[in-house]
Amino acid sequence: MSGSFRRLISGRSTAVLLASLGAGTMATGVLLSENGSLAAEAKKKLYPPSSDFPDLRKHNNCMATALTPAIYAKLRDKLTPNNWTLDQCIQTGVDNPGHPFIKTVGCVAGDEESYEVFAELFDPVIKDRHNGYDPRKMTHPTDLDASKLKHGMFDENYVLSSRVRTGRSIRGLSLPPACSRAERREVERVVVTALAGLKGDLAGRYYSLGDMTEKEQQQLIDDHFLFDKPVSPLLTCAFMARDWPDARGIWHNNEKTFLIWVNEEDHTRVISMEKGGNMKRVFERFCNGLKQVEHLIQERGWEFMWNERLGYILTCPSNLGTGLRAGVHVRLPNLSKDPRFSKILDNLRLQKRGTGGVDTAATGDTFDISNLDRLGKSEVELVQLVVNGVNYLIECEKKLEKGQDIQVPAPLVMFKK
Amino acid sequence: MPFGNTHNNFKLNYKVEEEFPDLSKHNNHMAKVLTKEIYGKLRDKQTPSGYTLDDVIQTGVDNPGHPFIMTVGCVAGDEESYEVFKDLLDPIISDRHGGYKSTDKHKTDLNFENLKGGDDLDPNYVLSSRVRTGRSIKGYTLPPHNSRGERRAIEKLAVEALTSLDGEFKGKYYPLKSMTDAEQEQLISDHFLFDKPVSPLLTCAGMARDWPDARGIWHNDNKTFLVWVNEEDHLRVISMQKGGNMREVFRRFCVGLQKIEEIFKKHNHGFMWNEHLGYILTCPSNLGTGLRGGVHVKLPKLSTHPKFEEILTRLRLQKRGTGGVDTASVGGVFDISNADRLGSSEVEQVQLVVDGVKLMVEMEKKLEKGEAIDGMIPAQK
Repeated sequence: MSGSFRRLISGRSTAVLLASLGAGTMATGVLLSENGSLAAEAKKKLYPPSSDFPDLRKHNNCMATALTPAIYAKLRDKLTPNNWTLDQCIQTGVDNPGHPFIKTVGCVAGDEESYEVFAELFDPVIKDRHNGYDPRKMTHPTDLDASKLKHGMFDENYVLSSRVRTGRSIRGLSLPPACSRAERREVERVVVTALAGLKGDLAGRYYSLGDMTEKEQQQLIDDHFLFDKPVSPLLTCAFMARDWPDARGIWHNNEKTFLIWVNEEDHTRVISMEKGGNMKRVFERFCNGLKQVEHLIQERGWEFMWNERLGYILTCPSNLGTGLRAGVHVRLPNLSKDPRFSKILDNLRLQKRGTGGVDTAATGDTFDISNLDRLGKSEVELVQLVVNGVNYLIECEKKLEKGQDIQVPAPLVMFKK
Repeated sequence: MPFGNTHNNFKLNYKVEEEFPDLSKHNNHMAKVLTKEIYGKLRDKQTPSGYTLDDVIQTGVDNPGHPFIMTVGCVAGDEESYEVFKDLLDPIISDRHGGYKSTDKHKTDLNFENLKGGDDLDPNYVLSSRVRTGRSIKGYTLPPHNSRGERRAIEKLAVEALTSLDGEFKGKYYPLKSMTDAEQEQLISDHFLFDKPVSPLLTCAGMARDWPDARGIWHNDNKTFLVWVNEEDHLRVISMQKGGNMREVFRRFCVGLQKIEEIFKKHNHGFMWNEHLGYILTCPSNLGTGLRGGVHVKLPKLSTHPKFEEILTRLRLQKRGTGGVDTASVGGVFDISNADRLGSSEVEQVQLVVDGVKLMVEMEKKLEKGEAIDGMIPAQK
């Protein structure tokens, strides 16, 4: 029944007839069989893009700012090679209007090609989020040579810990919003196989979220390594929590200084961290580890998603480029009370977070200080910026301790025009 | 939308074993029924609107369930889902609806005059009476699957139908996205307002997408007849009033439904219904009548009697707290309603409620006087 119905309803003349009747609901009854649902093809004609355009009047996110009815009309019926659609990219932004003070991104990629097929939406979103970076005209520098980093040892009277994180996606497999269970399991297989090849100070072990013992779980919680099923609607509305905890897990080295999350918000999240202020060593391990993992997956014919316009391709446009957040937990009891604190951070292109990470408050006088930017500057440049900036903040703190005055530094320039 | 309709053919590049969900820790109807064989047979199928097997089962994969509470674990995306995926859904329907066979026929009876009695439940015990059901509108896909354009078309049609009603059914529509603060307060005080679903059973099935676009509440001026638009089903229809006159509640329910249906039929968008499954709704648990007829009733003594549960089971009734599903009772007041949905008619189900509640109130009175009720315990209905 449904087969013959589909032939009836998807013929071109029928589609033209439906279109000429307009998007009116009343007329459709005439052309439906007893069974009702319109075939997907006929549906597109009956519901033009204008009838599907989301109501974004109360929204404050980059997608809502960039998406116009014209762009939507042009892109609604397009598919990426993995058959991912615009509606699926923007669902999270439609479902999460945002906050007047905090502008979220509001869209995700389902695969590498999303950034191309839906470029008319993603390009302005990227520009908005990344200080005017234009993927059509500019190129992103990648530099993972940690030897270039200068002054990467912090005063440990102030800096309690140092950390660098990024993400990597496996080319050829769909991203977390879109992937099927088989694809996600394949990501896990590819990554875990590669990590098993790491040696020396990087040798370690994988803990599958679904199979870990109570004891292992407790240890991972105590180490602050364990990640949980996402509860943020920003992620759940982007379909990233599907099939939890299937094919999700955590790998870390025996020394607990190099950690990889598998299939959380990205295929992989790579973290290098240590107590204390040796950012140089943290960054060295970060670069070394990344290069080794890349080499190991290449041996088996895989590679990371990367191109010279967007750098490393990740699920959220905010993480394009380096995907890098380098930061410290630092005590700034005097500086944090100074009214110029926020301005100093802004000019240094740094951001503060609470010690619980994004959207948490600081405890006492200890802050998480990290780079704001991700795209348009290389890894070395961004970590150097954090190193220089944190050293400046510590200088200010010391001055204020001695009763001396401090200066707001000149703002750093992002891109040469 | 939302998960796999266009992506489905791409997944076929992977073997069944590679795509089959891990259901080893699951306790829901879908997990009990789905095998690799069924998955293999159905995974390359799509309904005409593009709904796939993975779409049907996603909510059940994401919500393993609870050892004591058996959820359904799957939803329909359109009317044809029940046909295209019958190899999965028929056994689930049979499990959930007391052995209902794929060859069984469901009887629909919305003739309120066929109800016997129901107007004399003692208001000292029966505090309020209510009947609800759902309706889906032919020609549109269901809440897990529909696009914004479709959902808006459903709203438009529903509002047109409802605002044309008069007499005791004259009323007003309040769209969720544009109601004033005062209107919102009033709807909350009346216990009419519904919120964005937070239950992962619903959100994992894609039902909260685009909230609050095209969602709203209509009610009559008397506040005794209420329709929810585009929540878990296209329409949820509720008739209610204080006191024990279930007969009147049911009359208004049947009359109102029939008036609404006539208007939809005139626009060539009648309700989804067939003689095997009755009224087609999003969740297989609501097939048949989709009807839950119930009362809030004071049974402080009976509810602590050791045979209370058995009495309910024999009467084909279920108890809930006064906050609805998954809440606890307060002060000995219970929500008592019919347990069945499919395989018996609306009149039959409400009759069970009326007769059963009447009997339980008599039992309560006997227990108050210190008398035994063993002789009153009924046979299995």
